[in-house]
Amino acid sequence: MLKGGRSLEREVSLRSGANAEAALRRLGHDVLEVDVDQHLVRVLRAERPDAAFIALHGKGGEDGTVQELLEILEIPYTGPGVLACERAMDKVVAKAHFAAAGVSTPAAYAFSQDAFRELGAGEAIPDIRERLGLPLVVKPAKQGSALGITVAREAGDVPAALMNALAYDDRVLMERFVAGRELAVSVLGTSEPWALPVVEAIPRDSDFYDFEARYTPGLTDFEAPARLDDGLAQEAARVALACYSALGCRGVSRVDMIMDPDGRLWVLETNAIPGMTDTSLLPKAAEAAGLGFDEVVERILADAALGA
Amino acid sequence: MVPEHPTATAARRAPTLPVTTTVRPPGAPTSSRTPPPRPRHHETALTPGDSARYDARFASRAAGIVSSVMRDLMSLSERPDIISLAGGFPSTESFEREVFDDVIEAVARDHLAAALQYGPTEGLAELRERIVEVMAHEGARARVEDIMVTSGGQQAIDLSIRTFVNPGDTVLAEGPTYPGAVPCFTTYEAAVEHVPMDDDGLRVDLVEASLDRLAAEGRPPKLLYTIPNFHNPGGVTMSLERRERLVRIAHERELLIVEDNPYGQIRFDGDPLPSLWELDDGAGWVIYLSTFSKILAPGVRVGWVAAPAAVLRKMNLGKQAADLASSTLSQRLVVEYLRRYDWRDYVARLNGIYRSRRDAMLRALEEEMPPEAAWTRPQGGLFVWATLPDYLDTTNLLASAVDKHEVAFVPGRGAFLDGRGGNAMRLNFSGVPEPVISEGVRRLGIAVAEMTDLHRALGGLE
Repeated sequence: MLKGGRSLEREVSLRSGANAEAALRRLGHDVLEVDVDQHLVRVLRAERPDAAFIALHGKGGEDGTVQELLEILEIPYTGPGVLACERAMDKVVAKAHFAAAGVSTPAAYAFSQDAFRELGAGEAIPDIRERLGLPLVVKPAKQGSALGITVAREAGDVPAALMNALAYDDRVLMERFVAGRELAVSVLGTSEPWALPVVEAIPRDSDFYDFEARYTPGLTDFEAPARLDDGLAQEAARVALACYSALGCRGVSRVDMIMDPDGRLWVLETNAIPGMTDTSLLPKAAEAAGLGFDEVVERILADAALGA
Repeated sequence: MVPEHPTATAARRAPTLPVTTTVRPPGAPTSSRTPPPRPRHHETALTPGDSARYDARFASRAAGIVSSVMRDLMSLSERPDIISLAGGFPSTESFEREVFDDVIEAVARDHLAAALQYGPTEGLAELRERIVEVMAHEGARARVEDIMVTSGGQQAIDLSIRTFVNPGDTVLAEGPTYPGAVPCFTTYEAAVEHVPMDDDGLRVDLVEASLDRLAAEGRPPKLLYTIPNFHNPGGVTMSLERRERLVRIAHERELLIVEDNPYGQIRFDGDPLPSLWELDDGAGWVIYLSTFSKILAPGVRVGWVAAPAAVLRKMNLGKQAADLASSTLSQRLVVEYLRRYDWRDYVARLNGIYRSRRDAMLRALEEEMPPEAAWTRPQGGLFVWATLPDYLDTTNLLASAVDKHEVAFVPGRGAFLDGRGGNAMRLNFSGVPEPVISEGVRRLGIAVAEMTDLHRALGGLE
């Protein structure tokens, strides 16, 4: 069980890891907990596990780095391979793949910190604002758990939102804001991927599904399965599977999308290592599917593999 | 990396996993297999779905406690590669081993059975006598019957709020206020009104203005919580004029003051000022809290309250509910220490260490921080409070500071209950050696400069 690590989502990862690990023990597996640090390779070499269950979130664990190490050590691991992780982690890259696969994703422009410092990209903000309209979502290119995301409601909010996002990553994207319902579709499987029921997150107070709303019990209501008519639920599953294969995912992933008032689905991102905390969406989808958490963990483990 | 042999890219299935019951306890060395402890059912019984059963049952005072980005980021400051200026730790490494041995020996030799036994809720009589002496050294006169021993200064704060505050009651506190008091305020569902500080401490003139406004709104405050000496996190000290005026206000307008004084003896510069307790002169409008955490050691968890008898009786009930009595063993240890040694010598030594560390921090701040930053110059205590330009958010700054620059601090927002403090931070100097302080502040300066440069690159923003 690889968990913790040094990413900004360390605490979330420890909670995911604790839940997945308890499930693995209930399932009768011999679990070695590893809080990932500079001794990782040495520990894995010494222990030679049959498989690595990855419950890491964010940089290092979800971006293909740990996956690459496991490839070298020839330890099969859960979730997507190196390249799929890299594609999913970078929202700019992921969106390009979604678009190429014919999946709708809100229009966005991305800039590095250097573009603002050295090329005067700040002066292009009014043009971006004009093209994408307000509100504008400003987010770090590579970050999970909604860290560093701001919904800029007015023109004057954009620069501060950019500074917030740039504190979390050197690259940011400004994305058209799509108002609507927050839907998440978890996908399982490798050769024949299939979608779990759609889960809807309904934050009670905040204007979007932010960090506090994600991890504080009671701040968000969940509908699992989401109340959608069959056609829309099937469409959400179809879109999620399209994203899954567009990025080359295997094992498990979660696709987050917004359904606008016209019933159109807009994919925001794919999470290569979906959260498994008490308030996370994948466990709720598992319950809704009638599988239960342990069964899902078992299936994720059974799909552990090598190969990018 | 692209695999060299295309065949290697084919996903290989994991081998069938062996089903065993071997379980490694958390924290066990990874190099050797340990025999399996007996599986405990409850450890692995709950799934995320099961855990949801509690959500509807949590009390409203527990519901107020949220997950926060700040808390998760703060936990990263414990990483060994990070220089943490986020702690609030006194220095404990200079406490002499011989002194400790001697005190422990005395406790074991002369008081073992009593030290292992329950004690009175209000604390050991001998300790309360010693506390009166410690207070007298600061010029605060009290009688033994005014004193109740608590489990650290934190329990003294908890009991003060618990005893007086109903859900929704208004409480006045400095802005920023002690971050450790914030959970007490939220647990008892206090509505906190912050009163600003300046270099002379609490703006007492604004206390009067707040009293007027709150009276007009029909929600006069139950009490004012204040740290007059070397404020945590503010780093400032209330001037004598303001102390006198504040006590006058308390008397005229019947305002109850909770004076938290954990740092009064931790003074490196200037002359001690009278406590509010002393200025109140027995009128009963001041409740005084302090602790042995800074003058002896936080590990003993011994603090105290000085209050009028009617208040102590209620607090005694609260303490019975909380923990019946503070550790008798700890109290006895403190008594035997105070009987055998002059605690003021140890404090003088600590203050020497802290003075050099504070100087190192102020020097480093001067050298490393951009001109837009400002900070307090404490005459004592453990903390500096730094204020950055309004456009900087220190919670977000902490993300880049931890992730890229390997330095941590406490974001200012944790010291406010109304969302303010976003551009401020608390820096601790007491728990970090001087060279580490210099390096930590250097890294911090780089992290801040990166953001101020970026702000300029974005054309300045209002």
